[in-house]
Amino acid sequence: MKIAVCVKRVPDMDVRFRIGADNVSVDEAGLKFDINDFDAWAVEAALKLKDKDAGSEVTVISLGPDVVQETIRKALSMGADRGIQLKADKVPFDGLAVAKALSAELKTGSYDLIFFGKMSPDSSNGVVGPMSAELLGLPCVTAISSLEIAAGKGTAKRELEGAQEIVEFPLPAVLTVDEGLNAARLPSLKGIMAAKKKPLEVKPAQLGEPQVTVRRLELPPERKAGRVVGEGAAAVPELVRLLQTEAKVL
Amino acid sequence: MANVFAFVETRGTDVRKVGLEAVTAARMLAEKSGGGEVHALLLGPPGIAAKAAQVGQYGADAVVVVEHAGLANYSPEVATATAADRIKSGGYRAAVFSTSAQGRDLAPRVAARLGVSVVTDVLSFEIEGDAIVVRHPMNIGKVIATIAIAAKPAIIAMRPNVIAPAQNAKAGRVENAQPSIDPATARVKVIETRQGGGGKLDLAEAPVVIAGGRGLKAAENFKLVEDLASAFGNAAVGATRAVTDDGWRPHSDQIGQTGRLVSPELYIAVGISGAVQHLAGMRTSKTIVAVNKDKDAPIFKVADYGIVGDVFEVIPALTAAVREAKKHH
Repeated sequence: MKIAVCVKRVPDMDVRFRIGADNVSVDEAGLKFDINDFDAWAVEAALKLKDKDAGSEVTVISLGPDVVQETIRKALSMGADRGIQLKADKVPFDGLAVAKALSAELKTGSYDLIFFGKMSPDSSNGVVGPMSAELLGLPCVTAISSLEIAAGKGTAKRELEGAQEIVEFPLPAVLTVDEGLNAARLPSLKGIMAAKKKPLEVKPAQLGEPQVTVRRLELPPERKAGRVVGEGAAAVPELVRLLQTEAKVL
Repeated sequence: MANVFAFVETRGTDVRKVGLEAVTAARMLAEKSGGGEVHALLLGPPGIAAKAAQVGQYGADAVVVVEHAGLANYSPEVATATAADRIKSGGYRAAVFSTSAQGRDLAPRVAARLGVSVVTDVLSFEIEGDAIVVRHPMNIGKVIATIAIAAKPAIIAMRPNVIAPAQNAKAGRVENAQPSIDPATARVKVIETRQGGGGKLDLAEAPVVIAGGRGLKAAENFKLVEDLASAFGNAAVGATRAVTDDGWRPHSDQIGQTGRLVSPELYIAVGISGAVQHLAGMRTSKTIVAVNKDKDAPIFKVADYGIVGDVFEVIPALTAAVREAKKHH
């Protein structure tokens, strides 16, 4: 099988962000970057299929400046076979612009399966996978939490609010990966060494014209400082009183 | 003045609350544009047509009803084709979807089919000249972006629970239509929708969310959380990532950066320390209560009301007090 996985380099979220001087981007100074978690699970999903069918080839694609090569190498060190960087100065917020660039590349690859993470935490929009599928005219199942592939067909599970969907689809297809599908393998030392020699092609990204633009970024207002009502069960009556009279939620 | 399209999310023959929120949001957009019409698309199995009147009550001037036996489950390809065709032929200024599991699947497909962009998880919107300007959380809610959408139609998906469905009765004239493609010919088929724990309120829709963490010590102790939820009567139960990773609760119950985002009226954190990844999913809740035995737990920094104490002692007492309080209403 030929499998592609689209991955994004994202900042670690466990920090207090600062807004950059341009007011439309986050100040990247001091931020740590790594592959988006959902994308790492997407890489794992592809590698699990390759584990079963050694003839498979896994291609990792990332759009962005040269630093995304680190992210591609990470996926190669997990076991993917080759990488493609779609070179762009920055990754625009506009998911359609990104999907146009990715689908232009993806349509040349005759892939049986194309994986995306279901969303990235930085732009938090979650649209690039299904938009790419639509541009490619391929069947698509989003936010999958289980996957079986057999005889040119797939079955996946999607978590809904208070329910699950069981979905069948033909190959080739586009899948976006939710948490719960798998746990991403760690690169082995051997994998890291091997990744350095794996092919990584660089091509210009054919980004579409953006139709949505970020006008400004702000930090949300801080919640007012928390208040401890008391200790133990003895504090329950006071809590209930506050919920009734102050918060008016009971 | 401009007409606005709303996609009314359904499950089986039920209209979901987020569907009515989309109609309300579309009504607000139509009013902000100087008073256009709202046209709502209601797609589902036989029986769904009966819900058109309800959609009219919430502000739809017209309800396009697509009833088909092949739509017992969500069909992404039928919904995409039907919504895209209607939006294209209707010449709408904007189209409103929901940022639910279904809306996240559908809105980007429809937008791509129409060749326009989409912004999901929208918190609020304004019309400014030629653009629709929306607020959208980024970096797990630690940054709020103001985004201008130049595309026409502007496609947005609202975050659940930020706009309360508002009664605003309009004509709701029913227009019966056929799906744009035969459901039998769809390539992607939802063969089954399994309802989890019948009748339970959904996390994104519930006005009260009670969430449990590792402080509960074992899967069976979630009974404490469930009892408190049942005392409220309008509460859903959630969990932290640590708990869903351990298999105490299904992944679909996870509230946090990689899980569900909730903004209920009241959020009660039971035995939750307040990791960044968890806070990302609940920090926009209107009132936050935390019960934790560690007085230094980060959850107390965001909790409006905290009780430092043993959850096994505090939660049963709270459950009893809530039951008592509800009795007097």
